[in-house]
Amino acid sequence: MKKIEATIRPEKLEPVRSALAEMGILGMTITEVIGRGKQRGIALQWRAGEYRVEFLPKLKLEIVVLDEDLSRALNTIVTKARTGERGDGKIFVLPVENAIGIRTGDEGVNAI
Amino acid sequence: MTDAGDTTWILVSSALVMLMTPGLALFYGGMVRHKNLLSTITMSFALLGVIGILWVLYGYSLGFGPDLGGVIGKLDFIGLMGVGQEPSGTYASTVPHLAFMIFQGMFAIITVALWTGGVVERIKFSAFLLFAVLWFTIVYCPVAHWVWGDGGWLAKFGVLDFAGGTVVHVNAGMTALALALLLKPRKGFSEGEPMEPSNIPLVILGAGLLWFGWFGFNAGSALTSGGLASSAFVATNISAAAGAATWMFMGWIYRRPSALGIATGAVAGLVAITPGAGFVHPLAGIPIGIVASITGYYCILWRTKTGIDESLDVWAVHGMGGIWGALATGIFASAAINSGGADGLLWGGGLQFAKQVAGVAAVGAFAFTATWVLGKLVDRTIGLRVKEEEEIVGLDISQHGERAYGGILP
Repeated sequence: MKKIEATIRPEKLEPVRSALAEMGILGMTITEVIGRGKQRGIALQWRAGEYRVEFLPKLKLEIVVLDEDLSRALNTIVTKARTGERGDGKIFVLPVENAIGIRTGDEGVNAI
Repeated sequence: MTDAGDTTWILVSSALVMLMTPGLALFYGGMVRHKNLLSTITMSFALLGVIGILWVLYGYSLGFGPDLGGVIGKLDFIGLMGVGQEPSGTYASTVPHLAFMIFQGMFAIITVALWTGGVVERIKFSAFLLFAVLWFTIVYCPVAHWVWGDGGWLAKFGVLDFAGGTVVHVNAGMTALALALLLKPRKGFSEGEPMEPSNIPLVILGAGLLWFGWFGFNAGSALTSGGLASSAFVATNISAAAGAATWMFMGWIYRRPSALGIATGAVAGLVAITPGAGFVHPLAGIPIGIVASITGYYCILWRTKTGIDESLDVWAVHGMGGIWGALATGIFASAAINSGGADGLLWGGGLQFAKQVAGVAAVGAFAFTATWVLGKLVDRTIGLRVKEEEEIVGLDISQHGERAYGGILP
């Protein structure tokens, strides 16, 4: 099992979610986050003049998948979340030790 | 003899002006960071309580009591003594003295609230209250007497101020500037840390309530319900509209037509028409509103460059807007609109323009100097500013033990 932590543009949630659902990946946890990569943030308007905001709103998706689904899932997220502009986000992949379903008590791959 | 129509209008106007103070609270509150949203709102709202009492106890008498040397009112009306259901005999001869008194009281409250925009996010609440009481007593009440009191020296000199361009806006604007200089910038301001407005819809709501209440402020200042009130009402709306539209285009020229800018422009237009609302033709509201927004816009840009943290630009919008409005009264005023007024520059009244300049200079200089002295006094005794860690945590928690929004728990 692998955990995908994908930070994406908020408006790309729906394309990513529906494409993952088509391949049978339904479960995910979404967090509203702010962050930045190498770009300088954006300028917003004050009453006169402007100020810079370094951190921009993004969504962080946490999805745990089976090892055999990993590359397809990553490919789907990258394809659907990309605009080609700076600020498209990042994906990190982490190994998962175990998983437990709270209602069923199922463990491991049965829990996801 | 009291007149039913006039009395109704002054009571309604008093209620309208009352609503401006919570309106101002939202207008300012939305412009500060989340952690100081409540503290900013609370300063204005607390004044509804404190000044509301001080005004009836002694403030009204200092402002409008029988004249003492042109500078202050005597204590004849202390504790509302002699202020009853009959007209006063001096002011507003067709409305009960009580109605006139409470109408003026609402002006006192919002004027004190106005300069809080200069001190947000760093003033200690106790110091704010102490300074507010001192300032109300030593600055506001005398200045109101000078300009509006029977026998006040600026009134006798012939300064025209229909609804408070000088008494309210120049006064509050110069006070905010002096206090901001005394308090020094907010932590992080000089390093360019972003000070993001917490809630622009609140700013818009506040500006809307101010615009609404301003009809009472300006048209109520006719102190009658007839043609003059109507003229001032229309002039007020025209100038607010011109100010809002102008600021929108100013923002557009440089970047985008911002909501914050349109709201600010409306307030700038309202400020500038205030002194002349009942002296100028309503259409003079167009140039008055346009110039107020252009002035305010560039004053904010300039103020930002200087590194002065007069945080919510009370000086730029109210101070400079009030100065422009007072001068504009000296340009556009016409005795044909209000026989109690005078002819401005446009109608050959050069002398009136000079009087307006003198009035603005006297009140501006007094407000700045007195604020500097009183502010220093408060700073040396109890300290004006919160501790650094209190500022970092935010004034909502450190001064009031509250937060504007609940946590994430259901």
